[in-house]
Amino acid sequence: MKLFDTGTLAVTWGYFRESRGGLVGLAFLGLVLFAVVFADVIAPFDPTLQHRDALLLPPVWNEAGRWPYLLGTDAVGRDLLSRLIFGARYSIFIGMVVVSIAVVAGTILGLLAGYFGGWFDTAIMRLMDVILAFPSLLLALGLVAVLGPGLLNAMYAIALVMLPHFVRLTRASVMGEKNRDYVVASRVAGAGNARLMFSTILPNCMAPLIVQATLSFSNAILDAAALGFLGMGAQPPLPEWGAMLAEAREFISRAWWVVTFPGLAILLTVLSINLVGDALRDALDPRMRRS
Amino acid sequence: MAENMAENTTAVVLKAVNLQRHYPVRQGFMQPPATVRALNGVSFSLAAGETLAVVGESGCGKSTLARQLTLIETPTAGELWLDGHRVEPQRRPDAALRRSVQIVFQNPYGSLNPRKTIHQMLEEPLLLNTRQRRDERQRAIAAMLERVGLRPEHAGRYPHMFSGGQRQRIAIARALMLRPKVVVLDEPVSALDLSVRAQILNLLTELQQVLGLAYVFISHDLSVVRRIADRVLVMYFGRPVEYADSETIFTRPQHPYTEALFSATPVAEVGQRRERIHLQGEPPSPLNPPPGCPFQPRCALAETRCGQAVPELHPAGAGQVACILR
Repeated sequence: MKLFDTGTLAVTWGYFRESRGGLVGLAFLGLVLFAVVFADVIAPFDPTLQHRDALLLPPVWNEAGRWPYLLGTDAVGRDLLSRLIFGARYSIFIGMVVVSIAVVAGTILGLLAGYFGGWFDTAIMRLMDVILAFPSLLLALGLVAVLGPGLLNAMYAIALVMLPHFVRLTRASVMGEKNRDYVVASRVAGAGNARLMFSTILPNCMAPLIVQATLSFSNAILDAAALGFLGMGAQPPLPEWGAMLAEAREFISRAWWVVTFPGLAILLTVLSINLVGDALRDALDPRMRRS
Repeated sequence: MAENMAENTTAVVLKAVNLQRHYPVRQGFMQPPATVRALNGVSFSLAAGETLAVVGESGCGKSTLARQLTLIETPTAGELWLDGHRVEPQRRPDAALRRSVQIVFQNPYGSLNPRKTIHQMLEEPLLLNTRQRRDERQRAIAAMLERVGLRPEHAGRYPHMFSGGQRQRIAIARALMLRPKVVVLDEPVSALDLSVRAQILNLLTELQQVLGLAYVFISHDLSVVRRIADRVLVMYFGRPVEYADSETIFTRPQHPYTEALFSATPVAEVGQRRERIHLQGEPPSPLNPPPGCPFQPRCALAETRCGQAVPELHPAGAGQVACILR
């Protein structure tokens, strides 16, 4: 007799499938992840290899284009498709690491601040206000300047800059939930602080966090690109999407493909992450389920 | 029924002696915090199988009392005895004591966690307080669901799939999982439809008889109180103003406030009309209590001596009343 516990994952997947946007997003993400894993196999060239006989070639469907440079080449003759495929590695990695750090740390801090309140809350929130008071990119720039340029340090800096949003969001939800009757009922049943925070209250605060996390994913990629452009993030010749975009800026009027494809890659990845996040939020919410 | 007001010979499971709860209130910058006496000297005792109703208007301290009794907060002063053990004021009560008292809330839409299945909710008290095995817990949950009139198949569902009445049954089931001696019912039927209300009251009465539960029934619905209560405690401004058994208090209320309160309930009998007593004004501000009897500013019978001392609960007629005129 299995009345419950019918595989939470299977149930969630069942509801996830109902969202067409979520499925499309997931499909594209699958493609990107495939590129991430098998970049060495599927990329036609080495992403840093410069073909001196093929500078700024347009894509093959263009009259001036030629095989095997499917999406064309950049100003120093590197194959754009190969760079995009390898770039997926960096961009996805940046997004995941930054968002994970910001979400985990931000949620925990917000949960503690909202739940315990008092001077602890005040201390955390004022600290977050200090971070928020700086223009985010400027603060990230300053931090990287202190830590030393490099992709990893840029990621830490971006995560820190994003932290206050998650702290505030979590704190607000927690404060709304913590005096609800079901929390008191759980306390009367003998639940301690840790259980009340993480098992009773937190699941009810997840919806805005999931949305914020998916939005931050794109911001993380873009901020990392901006830092890369300023020479503080990914160092050339790393084929990071944002850095590629920044490098190609000067060719925007005469070689559209150099700018368009990295931009498109960022756009589509971010879009599909948002779609998946939306669908995931709905699928994880029992209230959205049919009886 | 409680025939006599004296301490019952059957096991007293809940006893409050001069229970008080004060809250500090900040009054703004550079001013000393004031004290609100939300609960100011409440005493009663309750035996297994009995129901004590606590009535009074909003803000009179009913819910504060419920929070003290269920150990969500600890009283500022006074004694609270649960199942023969004293709850120490200002100290964290131990787990064993917690098990003996549970609560059912007014709004079944807010008291059930929307993210948990019924099974998870009913299992939580067992997980935290007992060492039962998984299959034992499962059996206990199935048995409890049947006892409150639901089917065991309901265990895998989420709260939003149930109606208000069913949700309240779930809330009752959760409160009973640990076999408490005392259940505090904080307006358990106020949020329900009239037809469902009767069902839930029947269920509560039945559970009380079978399990020998003691109920503290907090309500402002006097027709419900009359039906379910053995004894009634009327509160005003954090103080008890009258304490008597149900029959006595409904036929011959002693305190002017009780009279006014009861005159506000509609009468069902045809042709019978009760004289409405309209209270003037509002309850006094807790930050600035009036001298003497707190009800005196609104009382039709008030005399000068009412403003001199706070009346204590004293025997009058078949019950106890806090009014110097009686």
